[in-house]
Amino acid sequence: MIDPKTVSPLDLDTPDKTFLDANELVINMGPQHPATHGVLRVILRLDGEKVMGLECVIGYLHRGVEKIAENRTYTMFNPYVDRMDYVAAVSNGLGYCEAIEKLLSVEAPPRAQYIRVILTELNRMASHQLWLGTHALDIGAITPLFYTFRDREEILKIFEKYCGARLTTHAFRIGGLQYEVYDGFEKDVRSFVKFVKPKIDEYEELLTTNRIWLERTKGVGVISGKDCIALGVTGPVLRASGVQWDLRKAQPYANYKNFEFDIPTGKNGDTYDRYLVRMAEMRQSLRIIEQAVEGIPEGPVMAKVPKVMKPPVGEVYHSIEAPKGELGYFVVSDGSTQPYRVRVRPPSFVNLQALDLMCRDQLVADVIAVIGTLDIVLGEVDR
Amino acid sequence: MNAIIDYIQSYLRTKDVTPGGDGNIFWATVYILLVFVGLSVAVIAMNWLERKILAHMQVRLGPMRVGPHGLLQPIADAIKLLLKEDIIPAEADALVFWVAPFIVVLAAFTVFVVVPFGPEHAITDMNIGILFMLGVSSLSVLGIVTAGWASNSHYPLIGALRSSAQMVSYEVAMGLAVVSAIMMTSLGEKGGTLSMIGIVESQYQQQEWFLFKFFPLGVIAFGIFAIAMVAETNRAPFDLPEAESELTAGFHTEYSGFRWSLFFLAEYSAMIAVSSIAVTLWLGGWLRPFPNALSGPTWELAFSLVPGLAFVFLAAMCFYNTARMPKHPLFRIQTMGLAGFGALLGLIGIVLFLPGVRERVQDVFWFAAKVAAFMYLYIWYRGTFPRYRFDQLMRVGWKVLLPIGLGLLICTGLWVMRVEVWHEVIVPAWLGCIGLLRRIF
Repeated sequence: MIDPKTVSPLDLDTPDKTFLDANELVINMGPQHPATHGVLRVILRLDGEKVMGLECVIGYLHRGVEKIAENRTYTMFNPYVDRMDYVAAVSNGLGYCEAIEKLLSVEAPPRAQYIRVILTELNRMASHQLWLGTHALDIGAITPLFYTFRDREEILKIFEKYCGARLTTHAFRIGGLQYEVYDGFEKDVRSFVKFVKPKIDEYEELLTTNRIWLERTKGVGVISGKDCIALGVTGPVLRASGVQWDLRKAQPYANYKNFEFDIPTGKNGDTYDRYLVRMAEMRQSLRIIEQAVEGIPEGPVMAKVPKVMKPPVGEVYHSIEAPKGELGYFVVSDGSTQPYRVRVRPPSFVNLQALDLMCRDQLVADVIAVIGTLDIVLGEVDR
Repeated sequence: MNAIIDYIQSYLRTKDVTPGGDGNIFWATVYILLVFVGLSVAVIAMNWLERKILAHMQVRLGPMRVGPHGLLQPIADAIKLLLKEDIIPAEADALVFWVAPFIVVLAAFTVFVVVPFGPEHAITDMNIGILFMLGVSSLSVLGIVTAGWASNSHYPLIGALRSSAQMVSYEVAMGLAVVSAIMMTSLGEKGGTLSMIGIVESQYQQQEWFLFKFFPLGVIAFGIFAIAMVAETNRAPFDLPEAESELTAGFHTEYSGFRWSLFFLAEYSAMIAVSSIAVTLWLGGWLRPFPNALSGPTWELAFSLVPGLAFVFLAAMCFYNTARMPKHPLFRIQTMGLAGFGALLGLIGIVLFLPGVRERVQDVFWFAAKVAAFMYLYIWYRGTFPRYRFDQLMRVGWKVLLPIGLGLLICTGLWVMRVEVWHEVIVPAWLGCIGLLRRIF
């Protein structure tokens, strides 16, 4: 474990070569490129195929989500957060709802808390499955994508049955849940857990000991725990570098302290370790879901919150462990129905900073692997 | 005209007109046309099969809409490609850009001049057949480099550079494996030969496919070739030149429409070509299984029925699936189409049963079946493996395959010579090795 206080800021200046040296090849990867997971633009400076440095250009998917918040009431803004990290919309909603609940000093009832945990962990599973499929696709293995999408479908079906939406679910409300779960929800979740457990082994069978997969991922995009902390990198990327930091344990929110689960960590901080960490996290998510679905208490799903929300003047920062890392909401209230300011700390945006460091002196093919392993969603990077 | 008719009759009567013989230009022309048509059909079939097989490996259905089970999808795609706008980028070198696909296609098709589909079924029989094949097939790299260069764009350029480096380095290992197979031919009755037909005949005389000859040397040589040929044709897991996730489409990024489809055609015919080399050198070419052990008229008859049976089996599968089609009026045309396709396959099967046809065609059938097995392997690789990185690819080529190939060549040479010079070479070599080992330890 590294003490964050001992870490000094990183010096990431570009080497003192001219940007357009005669021996350099400058390649513009994106914003329309199959492997940049959306509209990321990466300006690569290449020496042959070796990456000498790169620069990320973002903002192609900027929708001004934070500004929109200032012109909507607290309730109206809730669906917008789903559009940031659209593959983990439930986690976004959880973070926002809990932040506002903190501001209002209300707490969701226990039943709502349990259902929130189940849905969030299902969403973490779905997010990791999507990551695995696309990451493997980037490295050239096309088949895992279809396997993961087949199984992710089952999660989306549960979401659809619960709230009618598959992707941008808007599952939670400030103060709890709008809907009671449908009949047979527990049964669906249990049968999903049973169904998906052997499937994770199936993904691992295709990749974990595959020679080419090992060669493509081991020692690629290495980042040390110190550098991770210096850059603010969180989530599986940080944990794969050997730092045991998971907000679900470190600052328990919702009712995560009621559940038993491990924080999988890696050692080398390379792409392979990040792959293993995420695979292990899928299994831990299932563990949490299993415990949560057994212990759902009876009771209401919505706390008493006023129809027109006017939180007291003040500010709050609340962060949760989203599938991609620490997702934080900083909300400032001026006492009116609309937030004065909402600032989102998206994990993808902060993790993307590490791309330059991780890609130095690697090959072009590794840039693709590293973008994949960072698991960025451009909707969240640009907001 | 009469001369031609006489010539045809003379061919049908006797079997002494072999490929490469004097005055065989007429049959060479016929075979060129046949190979051209057959290859185009094979590429179309391969397109459909690759989609279907890959789809079923990936728990999906693949094309299902255009024709029954998507049978007409390749044709629909071909029409689409032909009708597409043909774009030549403004910054591109138009002439070179225009020529490049033709070089690739030319190289891919010319290879088939020496491919022996049977003892009498080949365009020609060159005495340097295998050399010609290796030489011409490596010309396609020229087309790829020109395509990448002429596009005047970064991704195609990198793709072309990767491709040329890859093809050149894998050709070395490939050549070593081929030489080891050619050494084995020198044990045949006629002595060593480079002729493709001669190589297969040599396997027949030695009563052994070269795959199993000098076990394990034949298997190793075949293994090296089987790896190198995937790299040579730029297919997964060595598909770096067109690595979609890195280089969008590699050297043919800027190509569209018909020109692009020429690259596609060339890729698939190159796959068939290198598979033909592998089949000819190691898997006994057109020879049916066990031509020596299971000889005699009964076995001849039994094996000559296999092609017909295979087609009848395919027809039966078609009819079975016709019966399983949804009984909805909307599916009537599809059901009828599938039944028609089954009937066509069945008809081909029945024709293949006819005496006279079946003796002549069975060689081609066995050759095609072995090549088809390789095509399946190609698809299987694509469904299973991630992509190698460029430096790893080079390492596999130069540091793994090349040393093994060199060692293999020496071992095969020693083994071939053993027949004559056992005492002069092998025994001293072993003694020398033992002496060296005793020195070290």
